[in-house]
Amino acid sequence: MAKVQLFEIAIARSGDKGDGSNVGIMAKTPAIYDFLEKTLTAAVVKDFFKEICKGEVTRYEIPNLQALNFILEDSLAGGGTETLITDAQGKVHGLGLLHLTMDVPDELLK
Amino acid sequence: MSENKIVRVANAQGFWGDSLLGPMRLVEEGPVDYLTFDYLAEITMSIMQKQMMRNPDTGYAMDFIPMLEKILPACKEKGIKIIANAGGVNPKACLKATKEIIKKLGLSGIKVGIVEGDDILDRIDEITAGGEKLANLDNGADISTIRDRITSANVYIGAEPIVAALKDGADIVITGRASDPSLMVAPLVYEFGWSMEDYDKIAAATVMGHITECGPQCTGGNYVGWKQVKDFARIGYPVIEAKADGSFVVTKHDNTGGLVTVETVTSQLLYELGDPKNYLGPDCVTDFTTIDIRQEGENRVAVSGIKGRPATPTYKASISYANGYKILGTLCISGPDAIEKCNIIADMIFTRMSMYGIDIPEEDRFVELFGTNVLYKGLVPADEQPHEVLLRVGAKGPDRKALDTLGMEIAPAVTAGPPGVTGIAGGRPKATEVVGYWPALIDKKLITTTHTVEEV
Repeated sequence: MAKVQLFEIAIARSGDKGDGSNVGIMAKTPAIYDFLEKTLTAAVVKDFFKEICKGEVTRYEIPNLQALNFILEDSLAGGGTETLITDAQGKVHGLGLLHLTMDVPDELLK
Repeated sequence: MSENKIVRVANAQGFWGDSLLGPMRLVEEGPVDYLTFDYLAEITMSIMQKQMMRNPDTGYAMDFIPMLEKILPACKEKGIKIIANAGGVNPKACLKATKEIIKKLGLSGIKVGIVEGDDILDRIDEITAGGEKLANLDNGADISTIRDRITSANVYIGAEPIVAALKDGADIVITGRASDPSLMVAPLVYEFGWSMEDYDKIAAATVMGHITECGPQCTGGNYVGWKQVKDFARIGYPVIEAKADGSFVVTKHDNTGGLVTVETVTSQLLYELGDPKNYLGPDCVTDFTTIDIRQEGENRVAVSGIKGRPATPTYKASISYANGYKILGTLCISGPDAIEKCNIIADMIFTRMSMYGIDIPEEDRFVELFGTNVLYKGLVPADEQPHEVLLRVGAKGPDRKALDTLGMEIAPAVTAGPPGVTGIAGGRPKATEVVGYWPALIDKKLITTTHTVEEV
């Protein structure tokens, strides 16, 4: 096991969904997808984003794309057209998630 | 029709305000049959509605006209057709301006079509009287709570009326609030003679539209692996090479910047995605878990296998309404003690508001210390003492004049507050209208789309 940031094993993109955001994350290999499918749960993402996301987090699996899609409800302080916050559309939530440090099996890092 | 026929569709504009270099280079630097232009976001229709109230010749994406001026001669010569939701809330005015620019360029024999029927602003009462609730799709709220404040109301319509305009020979099709993917679905239905009930193919075209709708965001723009991406200045806009069976390749013109890989395309597939099995659109329901994607060659990504289902019996409506005002001022605060000084200045501004007799409730106040980890709040550790912080201070509220008073008290903090405050530029901030967004569903039977085509 090694402690690594998601940057090393995945890529991501995010955008707005009403007053929430979506964070899509794509594993760099099929084996890493299997690992993230088991470990990167909605609860883990909700806990990591607890200061940004005030609502629920829902996860969808897209195995054919080696991807997980997270919906972060109430994460834009009122939504794209209403809020004064800088990241009104959750554009950087994807890069934000890639800062998460996880215990990753060594064989996935080869 | 040949099984080998390839139709090339490129998206040349990802949003209202996107670079003019996109369409100019797409027509000059490689083969393309159709250009799509996606101008409309939720808030855009409301802005256009306001513009039209001031001037009946406006209310559409005005950028479209100078863009046409640059590319139309080449489009005419090469037979490139244009499909754009540039019509906004006033497709007729967009048509008029388009005809004028064609004449100004000395061109002729160009057929221009418009699609209408998406605008329901004048029909709200008729529609609700008929039993349609138009309740807020996000929170279930009743439309009556905003009825007297509605500023625009449009339905995301599908590909069919655009196909009809193409069948009537249109070289340019201008729509109002057509859904973004439908701009892509229409030319392929027209070119390949697909049935609108051939849901797998309609879904494939919907995915093409989703991938390309933000222009270069699928060709290396906004990509996490950005260090592999070459020449952002000349980034190639996406070109779809579609086949009759619905399979397609995502690529870009040769010798352009950017990068097309499974990763850059998948990044965009994930953008603004909800439930991947149920991607709802006016033309079909698309299942993103059926997408097969692989690298076919350098800067060529092949996509196939997509499954679709019949669309729902409702259209999505996008309604906007006036929801008060907001104001925002900025000041640059240098260290030492930048954070403490920001807090003192914000407090000073709101105290001065109360000295004017204006009470701004706590929940309407806004203070953001940019530079103290506001974007990644809680995700990464913050610097304890940044040497410079951008103070963003403002408020929301129903009273425009009161908020303008707040705007007057930004600059005085430079001379009356703690030291090291700078960066006052661009004058006094002014309150602006807050546009509320109200998504709703409406029975498709209540909407009739129309198209007209005329030759210039």
